[in-house]
Amino acid sequence: MKKHQQYVDHVEAIQPKRNLAIGMLKAFWVGGLICVIGQGFSYIGELCLKLDKDATAAFVAIVMVFLGALLTGLGVYDQIGAYAGAGSVVPITGFSNSVVAPAMEFKHEGYVMGVGAKLFSLAGPVLVYGICSSVVAGIIALIFKG
Amino acid sequence: MDKRLGSQSIVFEKPPVVAGYASIVGPKEGQGPLAGWFDEIIDDDTMGEDSYEKAERVLYRQATQMAMKKANISDDMMDLMIGGDLLNQIVTASFAARDLGIPFLGLYGACSTMAESLLLGSVMIDGGFAARIACATASHFSTAERQYRVPLEMGSQRAPTAQRTVTGAGAVVLARDGNGARLTGGTIGRVIDYGIMDVNNMGAAMAPAVAETISMHLIDNGFAPEHYDRIVTGDLGHIGKRLVLELLQERGFDLSERLFDCGCEIFSSGQNVDAGGSGAGCCASVLGGYLLRNLGGQGMHRMLFVASGALLSVTSSQQGESIPAIAHAVAFEAD
Repeated sequence: MKKHQQYVDHVEAIQPKRNLAIGMLKAFWVGGLICVIGQGFSYIGELCLKLDKDATAAFVAIVMVFLGALLTGLGVYDQIGAYAGAGSVVPITGFSNSVVAPAMEFKHEGYVMGVGAKLFSLAGPVLVYGICSSVVAGIIALIFKG
Repeated sequence: MDKRLGSQSIVFEKPPVVAGYASIVGPKEGQGPLAGWFDEIIDDDTMGEDSYEKAERVLYRQATQMAMKKANISDDMMDLMIGGDLLNQIVTASFAARDLGIPFLGLYGACSTMAESLLLGSVMIDGGFAARIACATASHFSTAERQYRVPLEMGSQRAPTAQRTVTGAGAVVLARDGNGARLTGGTIGRVIDYGIMDVNNMGAAMAPAVAETISMHLIDNGFAPEHYDRIVTGDLGHIGKRLVLELLQERGFDLSERLFDCGCEIFSSGQNVDAGGSGAGCCASVLGGYLLRNLGGQGMHRMLFVASGALLSVTSSQQGESIPAIAHAVAFEAD
């Protein structure tokens, strides 16, 4: 296997690498823009609709999830994702994309075993580990804040 | 006459003839540099069907029908149809065979299936078990994406080593009698695994198998690479092609002048396809288009067609297995 390890190392050495600096630049400006849009809706909720703090947060989340779903349905979000990477995956619009994309894809397999079963195929791990880590964080907070 | 040569190669006593061939590709492939050589370029990659899986079957069926028509052989005259595809349980080929009603042998060799079907088809004809055989494979970008990767509308980045599955189908009709290019022999590959784990780098996973099969073919037959005007590989892509050239150089074979990789040629660099094209339909459509149309022309009389496949599944890679690969070679000659 020594020769094969050499081959694996050689492949690693010659394969094209992603340019981290350019990738981060793209991720940050697109991710930042999504956040700015979210902040804009936050002001609309707070100042125009006179919502309180909790209602504003819910309003922003609803609008951004809707926009993510809409852009996914229009076939635009995958192109944004191909450009921005984590910049469009991390915000809540990315979560929306990860739910709507399989919903669209698996509708041919029916509404139960297709859409129903596959809806959280991408978002499922995020939910599982998000909830687990929030429980851990809650326990730590309980211990140290008394 | 001994039909077996060396450790892995075979030679046909009565070489089958290429009686007809055809290729159909999708819209993106139709914008590539080989566009002018395909029989048909579809505008709509759903082919008017309500799922991409159904569209892939139509591609498969139409390519086969077109090749039979060009060979002037009707469905009921065909002795056998051999082929496969990339989808689970090879539903594309099986469902197309249901529609065509021709006796059918289904194969799975991932992207090596076209060479595998040509090898087995030639063996059947040389052995006298059939006189007319259709060999075909197909793949579709949108069915492969959802089976192997993520939903189409998921916004994520592709690795720079990743290849794009070709939407297309290619079919070749082999006959016992007639005029045209002949299949003279071939080499049956061994499954080779050098320990590549990265499912986004199929070219690197397949390169050792391709190098092995090409060198064994040359050794078994006592040929120098110059025996062939062109040695064609299926879908190594830019990284895999470079690796194959290096691996063969180490074994003392210089192929830099005559290696043609369908995955590198089907798309141009401006088409945003990272490392090139892939899929069972990649080499099949290029064979049924550009390659067979040019075989027998200026400086293109002997061609070795080597298609390679990565024999992984989603389950095997999720369980941490490396990627085994195989390559089969089949030799074409035309006057």
